[in-house]
Amino acid sequence: MQFTRRETIAMGFGAAAMAALPFRVSASADDNIAEFTGGAAMGDAGITLTAPEIAENGNTVPITVDAPGAASIMLLATGNPTPGVATFNFGPLAGSQAVTTRIRLAGTQDVVAIAKMADGSFVKASSTVKVTIGGCGG
Amino acid sequence: MISRRDFLQASMAASALVGASGFGNWSRLAAQQALTQDQLLQFDTFGNISLIHVTDIHAQLKPIYFREPSINIGVGDVAGVVPHVTGADFRKLYGIDDGSASAYALSYDDFAALGQTYGKMGGLDRVATVINAIRADRPDAILLDGGDTWHGSYTCYHTQGQDMVNVMNALRPDAMTFHWEFTLGSERVNQLVQELPFDSLAQNIFDAEWDEPAELFKPYKWFERGGAKIAVIGQAFPYMPIANPGWMFPEYSFGIRDENMQAMVDEVRGQGADLVVVLSHNGFDVDREMAKRVTGIDVILSGHTHDALPEPVAVGQTIIVASGSNGKFVSRVDLDVRDGRLMGFRHKLIPIFSDVITPDAEVAALIDEQRAPYESALSEVIGHTDSLLYRRGNFNGTWDDLICQALLEEREADIAMSPGVRWGPSILPGQAITREDLWNVTSMTYPKAYRTEMTGEFIHTIMEDVADNIFNPNPYYQQGGDMVRMGGLGYRIDINKPQGSRISELTLLKTGEQLDPAKNYVVAGWASVNEGTEGPEIWDVVESHIRKKGTVVVEPNTTVKVVGA
Repeated sequence: MQFTRRETIAMGFGAAAMAALPFRVSASADDNIAEFTGGAAMGDAGITLTAPEIAENGNTVPITVDAPGAASIMLLATGNPTPGVATFNFGPLAGSQAVTTRIRLAGTQDVVAIAKMADGSFVKASSTVKVTIGGCGG
Repeated sequence: MISRRDFLQASMAASALVGASGFGNWSRLAAQQALTQDQLLQFDTFGNISLIHVTDIHAQLKPIYFREPSINIGVGDVAGVVPHVTGADFRKLYGIDDGSASAYALSYDDFAALGQTYGKMGGLDRVATVINAIRADRPDAILLDGGDTWHGSYTCYHTQGQDMVNVMNALRPDAMTFHWEFTLGSERVNQLVQELPFDSLAQNIFDAEWDEPAELFKPYKWFERGGAKIAVIGQAFPYMPIANPGWMFPEYSFGIRDENMQAMVDEVRGQGADLVVVLSHNGFDVDREMAKRVTGIDVILSGHTHDALPEPVAVGQTIIVASGSNGKFVSRVDLDVRDGRLMGFRHKLIPIFSDVITPDAEVAALIDEQRAPYESALSEVIGHTDSLLYRRGNFNGTWDDLICQALLEEREADIAMSPGVRWGPSILPGQAITREDLWNVTSMTYPKAYRTEMTGEFIHTIMEDVADNIFNPNPYYQQGGDMVRMGGLGYRIDINKPQGSRISELTLLKTGEQLDPAKNYVVAGWASVNEGTEGPEIWDVVESHIRKKGTVVVEPNTTVKVVGA
């Protein structure tokens, strides 16, 4: 069998080098949380974070947070170099306290949502989103 | 090792259901060498509803040999439980005699010898006979296809799935879900789905741009049978754009979406469903996890991971049925549904012994019609084998060892990579290898055999990434394939370690040296999910290799050290 040079130059599993290790929580993520909550304890009821288990595309990962009665919701990608994604504030006339957005993830990491409720308490939800090279599925 | 008695208690006792499985029957009969079609089909019709499940046929129209895995490791909560039980342990668990027909159909030892005795399995003309017999007992039985139907053979590739659509339509399924079908490209999938005379179901296929349910795929379908309202919910393979090339179907998004599954179950229950069935391509461990997280499902018909289980597995009030692959088995599940709930079931995993079950003449003719234009190409002998060629197993199989050797020699590479897919029938020692046989283990729409340079570090990264897709203790992070097969490279894997530290002792076999993270190595592989991959097609590379060898011999592979199983 003969191969041209063009045929022999090929892409492998991924031209882009990806890190396989889960990204650690950066110190600034903890700082962001402390700043938002003032160090208050956080519950886990009354907030729903919906995220894919494995991202189809790490550059645009759909995330939904629903926290009925929240005054504001902070969303963090804890392993990104800049963990803060957004803080959403809800006015008294808001019909629902839910947000959907797409975020970029540098690698496998925890996505965290914290809601500040109307009474000043805080609730938190977290979900691990895996960013993988892919291929080789069944 | 848990005993069969313990297993039954563990899986059934917690359930209020009364269950029975027809499995033991054919096991014993087979041991007496007295297999007949009537015995294989024997089933005391039960309750008021029958489900028939076929899945992961991978375009195998004709009977094949298919060796079940010797290594199928479970991690975390599912370590050592089905389907992660193989060989002698599996036979002990289900009371199967060594050397029996059931041992041949469901485990791996002595496969070559037993294959000679019991013959090939499957063939959609035989499957048709079985389906017709069940319909004779219960004319309104519901036939459900779990997907991976329009992929995996020479004729399927050349007709873009049309051969399978034509033959499956003759079996008259009631609904279907999907996985490899999407590698035909979304344009072709959309066209075929619109033409199907039955429903295409998937609650987890969404429009990628708007993140809304895709219009073409309905989440569920209603059936009225035996005075009961039945909802069948579809679940396509969740990780399609990750495990397969997403650029071939960019309009679609998938995912497990168990919150939407729960919403669909609640919706159909709210509309009066007496029975909720999920037709799933999740893979067994994901289905078992989903049964824990989502409440209100009665039956999951499980596909994707190719497990064949003689008895359903119960999780709470849900039973999970696994029906094997490649047309080897058909599951019949009879259900007693009264007063709005499932009161009991009877189940049989029917083995399709092709020499025992008479082919349905009409479907046999239809199959021959699909194959006729390609017959000379299909039957051309390209070599012979002195070794058993098989693929299934977590780490390596002789088919992939041969494919990797072809890549190393034909592409002059240091290291070869072959994807850890679970499809691909087996060839017995002494058999000829035809072009059809070769395409059965290589056929796909992204077959280019690339040749590239990778650093030792990047090779390690790929292996860690793939290993985590199999051995992550949380099933929702698994993709349901096997480990990438490595040619020219030995390694040690500790499956219980976290990602990044499972793989060690990477050794370049041709020199015996440890892989240098900083050095570049020439790597040849195939089935890259990247768009624009270049190279010859894998079947041409392997055919060229086999022709040069004439008769292939594949020595046992001892290059992977597995720890922690």
